[in-house]
Formats: sequence, C-alpha cells, structure tokens
Amino acid sequence: MPVPIQSTLGMLGDNLKKRHSALPIGRKAAIGWTRGLDIPRGGETVLYTGQMWQMVPAINAMAGRLAKYEKSGSTRLFGFARSMNKLVNLTPFLARSTPAERKAFDDRLRNIARLLQAAGVKFGYLYEKDLYSGALAYDEGLDENFSAHARYVYGVLKEAGVKRLITVDPHTTNMLRSVYPKHVPGFDFEVRSYLEVLAEHTLPTRKSLDRSATIHDSCVYARYEGVLEPPRKLLAGSGVALAEPELSGKLTFCCGGPLETLFPSKSHEIATKRVEQLKAVSPKVITACPLCLANLSRAAPADVDVKDISDYLAEAHLPAEA
Amino acid sequence: MKVDSGFLHTLHLGGEFDANLCMNCGTCTALCPLGIELMPRKLFRRVLLGDKESVVGQSETIFSCLLCRMCESNCPAGIHIAENVRSLRTYLNHEVYGLAEA
Repeated sequence: MPVPIQSTLGMLGDNLKKRHSALPIGRKAAIGWTRGLDIPRGGETVLYTGQMWQMVPAINAMAGRLAKYEKSGSTRLFGFARSMNKLVNLTPFLARSTPAERKAFDDRLRNIARLLQAAGVKFGYLYEKDLYSGALAYDEGLDENFSAHARYVYGVLKEAGVKRLITVDPHTTNMLRSVYPKHVPGFDFEVRSYLEVLAEHTLPTRKSLDRSATIHDSCVYARYEGVLEPPRKLLAGSGVALAEPELSGKLTFCCGGPLETLFPSKSHEIATKRVEQLKAVSPKVITACPLCLANLSRAAPADVDVKDISDYLAEAHLPAEA
Repeated sequence: MKVDSGFLHTLHLGGEFDANLCMNCGTCTALCPLGIELMPRKLFRRVLLGDKESVVGQSETIFSCLLCRMCESNCPAGIHIAENVRSLRTYLNHEVYGLAEA
C-alpha cells in the first residue's frame, strides 16, 4: 500500500509553516557541527547549509519507517498523525536517528568549513538562522507554503546583512540561486556552491591520494546548475584518477533520492540500478550531495565504498581532527 | 473522454504549463529512469486535451517523477518538462488534496 500523498505532504507543509523546516530537528542537531571551529556569527559572506546535511540522518530514519508502513499497509494512521503534528512536533518520533549517524554527517560539514578556512576563504555562519530552503515543498508543488517560507528566509538574510552565500549541497544551491529570485522580489544574493569556491582557490596539499574512483553527478548540480567541472578539478588536484560511468555529467542517472518519502521501494530500486552502473566502473564511488550519498549508500553492497567528495578533499588537504 | 475546457486555464494560474511544441517523439519516455511509459508525453497530451479526469487519476505517477530532468535535457522541442510536472502537482495539491493554504 503506498504512502498516502495527501497526509504526508500536508505534514511537510504544516512543518514548514509552523516550524520553518520540513523536518524540524532541533537547535542542537542543526548547529552542533560548528563546535570548536570558531566560525564568526553573520557577516557579508556566510556558509549556508540550509540544514540539508543535518537533516539526512532524520530523513534516513524516516525513510526506513515509511518503507515499513508501505510494506505493512498500516498507512491509515497517517491522517491522524498529520492532525497531531499540527499541535505537537511528531518529527522526533517519526525520524529518530542515532548519535553515530548524526556525527558522520556533521563531520562532512566540519570538513567543508575547514577546507574553506584552509583555502583562505573568509566566511561567517548564521547559526540558528541558517534555515532550510524549502526545496522539498517546492518540488512537491506546495507553492503557497514554499513562497511564504522563501519570503521568510529572505527577511532573515536581509536582516543579518548577508550579501553572499556559500552553499554546501546542490538542492540549496539551486533553490537560492535559481528558484528564490523568481519567487521573492528583490532576492539578489550571490550564491555559489563551496565546490565552485574551492575550485578557484589553492588548497594546501598534505598528501596525494593516488587512487582511482568513479563519480556520481547529482542531477541538480549537473542538469539544473551546470556544476560539473569544479568537483573534477578538485579531485584531480587531490590525486584521484576519475573513471567516468557511462551515464555521467549532463547525462547522469538519478540516485532515486527524491522518491524516498512518498515511494520508498521505487527509490531503492533506482538507487540499486545506479549503484550497478557505477560499480561497473569502480568500487569507489564519489558523490557531491547528501541525499545521493545517503540513498546510494543504502543500496550499495559491502564491496562498494560510497563517500562524499568532501571526505576525499579532507583526506588530501586537511590534518586529521583530534 | 470528458473534456474540461477550464482545466488548462486553472493549470496556467499555478505555473507555466507548456507542452504545445511536443511532437510525441518519445525521447522522454525512452530515457526515464523509472521507465514510466505515460510520462511525460502521453500525460501532457491528455492535459492539453483537457482530459482532467484521466490526469487526476494519474496522481501517483505525477508524484513519482524524480524531477531529474534526464528527459528535459534531451527534449528536442525544449519543453520544460520538470516545471510542467510541478505545475500538475500544484494543481493536484490545490484541487484534489486541499493543501493550498499558506
């Protein structure tokens, strides 16, 4: 029995409206990754996470739960869950992740921030004002919820005096760079992915990785935003010899991630297909999106190693964290 | 088939539904990672014809599109397929699911 579209999207819209997030994860989970990094508050240039990396452990937990519902057919509770969620945030019950999972994703954000610092890029962070972009609501056609949220985010950014945003995932990059300007009058921030920023700087080299791997382009970076060269340039500079899969660059094949919420089984099928295509080229797979990373990792067999590009860059250019 | 003459008009209010240039070549169907046979060319044809009932009956298919733009990047007519699918979702959220409140 499929996951009910109406109740699930209703909960998403309600969360965005009431709690300014698709999956409200709490303050500690959202900004805990910054511990000890001395990132200044605010400034004209800020690292904007849109909470994507921080949300993935919760998305993983929820996807697992929804897949069980989908199989068991006990989806009649969804209407009830939606009405309760308006009053009490049900997300922590629906999407409970473990501290180890959260640490794995927080570490990617830490590495990204440390790489930017190592490259000499000056940036601040908005901490509790670093809000979700509303990407899922936009994709699912919840236009009123999305527009209201986008205007709210715009107000927060303007009030903080921000001029430039450095994003860390393709979805937030696309929302802020290409979608917000069409929906929010006056939205005039410069938006660049950290991969684009890093590719223009020189990173200190600690060791050349001297290994081969394959790359999985995110649909959004490749076909929506045209971010194809920066990850390749950065990996080449880290000593990674890339073997391109047959479907690569503008022809990349989706990881299945967008269907995690409403159609978990189909999502897994697509991810399995994509892992097969990548495995045919190399057992080492590099992603550049938290959702691709999560979805392909879940579908990968033990002999396929899926890692984010920031893992490779950190290994090549940063000292290990104590 | 029942034709609803107001269907396309309502869709345009939500977004920019644009499929008039589709020549039904089938590139989109051939490239779809989900192998959805209906998507997008047949579905869009039904929309253009005003066959609201059959479009609404395909809501699950409409919400299962990945918006990955594999079809769109290769569409010889340059149709904004992903945006069209989003328009249909917005329509369904409004007219069928009652999820319009901001």
